[in-house]
Amino acid sequence: MTGLHAKTLTELKAGLDGGEFSSVELTQSLLDRIAAHDDQLNALITVTGDEALAAAERADDARAAGAGGVLNGLPIIHKDIFCTRGIKTTCGSRMLDNFISPYDATIVERLAAAGAVVLGKANMDEFAMGSSNETSYFGPVRNPWDRERSPGGSSGGSAAAVAARFSPAATATDTGGSIRQPAALTGTLGIKPTYGRVSRYGMIAFASSLDQAGVITRSAEDAARLLGVMAGFDERDSTCLDVPVPDYVAELGQSIKGLKVGVVRQHFDAGLDADCGARVKEAIAVIESLGATAVEVDMPNIDYSVPTYYVVAPAECSSNLSRFDGVRFGHRAGNVEDLFDLYCRSRGEGFGDEVKRRIMTGTYVLSAGYYDAYYLKAQQVRHLIADDFKRAFEKVDVIAGPTAPTPAFRLGDKVDDPITMYLNDIYTIGANLGGFPALSVPCGFVNDLPVGLHLVGHHFAESTLLRCAHAYEQATDWLAACPEGFA
Amino acid sequence: MSWEVVIGLEIHAQLATKSKIFSAASTAYGAEPNTQACLVDLGYPGVLPVLNKEVVHMAAMFGLAVNATVAPRSVFARKNYFYPDLPKGYQISQYELPIVEHGELFITDADGNEKRIGITRAHLEEDAGKSIHEGLDKSSGIDLNRAGTPLLEIVSEPDIRSAKEAVAYMRKIHTIVRYLGISDGNMQEGSFRCDANVSVRPQGQEAFGTRAEIKNLNSFRFVEKAINFEIERQIDLIEDGGEVVQETRLYDADKDETRSMRSKEEANDYRYFPDPDLLPVEISEAYIEAVRKELPELPDAKQQRFVAQYDVRKDDAAILTASRPVADYFEAAVAKTGAGAQLVANWVVGDLSGALNKDGLEIGDSRVSADELAGLLTRVHDNTISGKIAKQVFEAMWAGDGSADEVIEAKGLRQITDSSAIEAAVDKVIAANPGQVAEYRSGKDKLMGFFVGQVMKETRGQANPGQVNQILKAKLDG
Repeated sequence: MTGLHAKTLTELKAGLDGGEFSSVELTQSLLDRIAAHDDQLNALITVTGDEALAAAERADDARAAGAGGVLNGLPIIHKDIFCTRGIKTTCGSRMLDNFISPYDATIVERLAAAGAVVLGKANMDEFAMGSSNETSYFGPVRNPWDRERSPGGSSGGSAAAVAARFSPAATATDTGGSIRQPAALTGTLGIKPTYGRVSRYGMIAFASSLDQAGVITRSAEDAARLLGVMAGFDERDSTCLDVPVPDYVAELGQSIKGLKVGVVRQHFDAGLDADCGARVKEAIAVIESLGATAVEVDMPNIDYSVPTYYVVAPAECSSNLSRFDGVRFGHRAGNVEDLFDLYCRSRGEGFGDEVKRRIMTGTYVLSAGYYDAYYLKAQQVRHLIADDFKRAFEKVDVIAGPTAPTPAFRLGDKVDDPITMYLNDIYTIGANLGGFPALSVPCGFVNDLPVGLHLVGHHFAESTLLRCAHAYEQATDWLAACPEGFA
Repeated sequence: MSWEVVIGLEIHAQLATKSKIFSAASTAYGAEPNTQACLVDLGYPGVLPVLNKEVVHMAAMFGLAVNATVAPRSVFARKNYFYPDLPKGYQISQYELPIVEHGELFITDADGNEKRIGITRAHLEEDAGKSIHEGLDKSSGIDLNRAGTPLLEIVSEPDIRSAKEAVAYMRKIHTIVRYLGISDGNMQEGSFRCDANVSVRPQGQEAFGTRAEIKNLNSFRFVEKAINFEIERQIDLIEDGGEVVQETRLYDADKDETRSMRSKEEANDYRYFPDPDLLPVEISEAYIEAVRKELPELPDAKQQRFVAQYDVRKDDAAILTASRPVADYFEAAVAKTGAGAQLVANWVVGDLSGALNKDGLEIGDSRVSADELAGLLTRVHDNTISGKIAKQVFEAMWAGDGSADEVIEAKGLRQITDSSAIEAAVDKVIAANPGQVAEYRSGKDKLMGFFVGQVMKETRGQANPGQVNQILKAKLDG
């Protein structure tokens, strides 16, 4: 079967339902495609061909028997941050290069229960720390739109795989923009739900109060289908909220007439590439033309997002990553002299530079004498930033702006300049600090590189965001654009 | 110079939940290493803690029992340090906002006066696993069965002034947690242990001296000995011109001494911060009131009631109420006999406790039930047997020879109350001891005891002692 890779998840579902092709055929065609093309991109760390074909066969059997879940036989790739039973789960790190998870993450379990077929595990920045996918122990991922450029990060493998049509969808995670920035840089749609909307159980923690799982797809409708399966209460995650999950697909079709769109003044300052800014403004004009009204909103504290984030996230990561000590799992240094040597060398060898940098930063900001000045202060500022959003949401339904300050940058360009790299998440971090849902949808090109429109909604307003993105997609054809060589 | 001792205790009581504080793994003691540690206890990548609600209930019970504030909002924090028995690299504990604050209890001090000891706070935390060094060559083993076991850490104010007071305080806490059923208090298994902060200061000085913390004391005896050793060490040190340094010390029971474990400078910076994986624990007024209604009668109240209701001696009441099963046993026995509560108390505190101690049994496993003891005392009360014979009967009952009545019948121990039989025995004794009779009659009253003994011997101890006295006196004086 050829040409299946070009279809969206929704189209593939229709094809499977209509008996046009089987899940085994679909799975095989995508596995073939990955085998043929991934050496150019390095989007996957592990390809689970045998398991995928077995799952596809089960899905076909279920379909034949009139059974099967809502995603029966549909392919997906998991970011390698999600624990998958019996399958290597590396988190992009040498530390876990040998780690076979004994259990499935909640979302892995839920997607499997709905019938999804896992093609493999996506490359990512090490422990999700990075904005370019260059911190991965398994090497950088290349952007399908320009192989000399980064696909963004940390979910760069997920985004590149979807952009290159290896899979119609991939799971991803977002702590400061790790779903949305790669989606923007690869011309895909990425949604980070409300904090607590999707269980974090089995998702290897970076910064627990900011981490949230989501998906990268090629349409809002596909994202809606997947989110409907992934979202919802999980008793194994105390921060997962028991709020009913709406029928995201059913709510997609509702009109956006009367929708109030806030445009943050601070998001269009000197840091934003002028051409990117132009694309975003055009996109907002399109949304207005569909019946929405745009108003300017002021977020006085939003400029503190990046510094606030780079205190809170490293603090949590410094503690979360303590469990990687070479004792029970993961990398263990050889020929150690004593316990201290075991710790130092296992961690020294197992972690890369960016992870070490954040562990050190986090350890510092939590130290006696510095806690109040850094961690506590950052938490206070975090509340102020969240309040900026809440105040804005009293007036508007969504906040629209750029996802990233520039299109995809060249690999190696920022790798030695962490601050510039960190600034890539300047527009996305606020949503994490406040726990708000946000998505990035393609809104055009600058120099043949995709640009993303960023939409943020109030807590649990995923439906509004998806509806807005869906309406925008209907009015434009950016999502249909395919990088050269991957058609 | 005269010195004043200042002591504060941190008691760790293991909470008697079935599963761990943040996972579903069992807390049962004594399983094969690492068979009761699930992925959460092992700190696997991606796993998350979920609070066992039962521990909140237990902590609230404790708070109310010691007249403390149960916090409407408390927060779990992470205490970060590396150690192989700490799988996550941090211990989840409560730090800035504990669940219980500002409590108190009362002990009896050396002068017999009631003394208040403040309880600063009690907070919930998880226990670590343990390292095993024995039987392993050149390596250490880790057993994570205990990792994640719920603990309530109870911190006293520095109100304690002697090792004896420290023990009295610790016993009181021990009694309370067992009354509440929130801890089995088993010290051998480590379910109840304490750290003692000890310092000395010149009598009358307000500022505290520098303290040393003695870690992990797991018996009342060790608490007393370790503190006494430490007090002496500190006083000697200061009097010899030295200075106490702030440090953590370990008590070596074999050598009966404390020795330095680590100094303040070597102490970890634990980098506490609120655990982002757990929500704050929020407790409503209604919840607290519901817990208050469930509280059992507590030891102090029970002791007062025993004195008031049963008219038993205060010291006996204290012993009887030190453990809830003992108090229950006593009340059950009293209810079944008309022998009088004080007699029951004497027996429970005396012979029964002795027999239990000798066989190393808890009262719940007593070989003589409360009903059976009541049966025995009823026979004392109705003069079927004397108190002295009762001890003999009790021993037989303990050995499994049957009920009091069965033993009395089988061994023919029924008391002789037949006056003519006693008179015959008296006559026989008088006739056999003319010399002593003459001495008695010439004023040596003390010989009465000799005559009673002889008559009892003649009747194999079965004569009613009151009647023996009466008849002897009449015959000798007559």
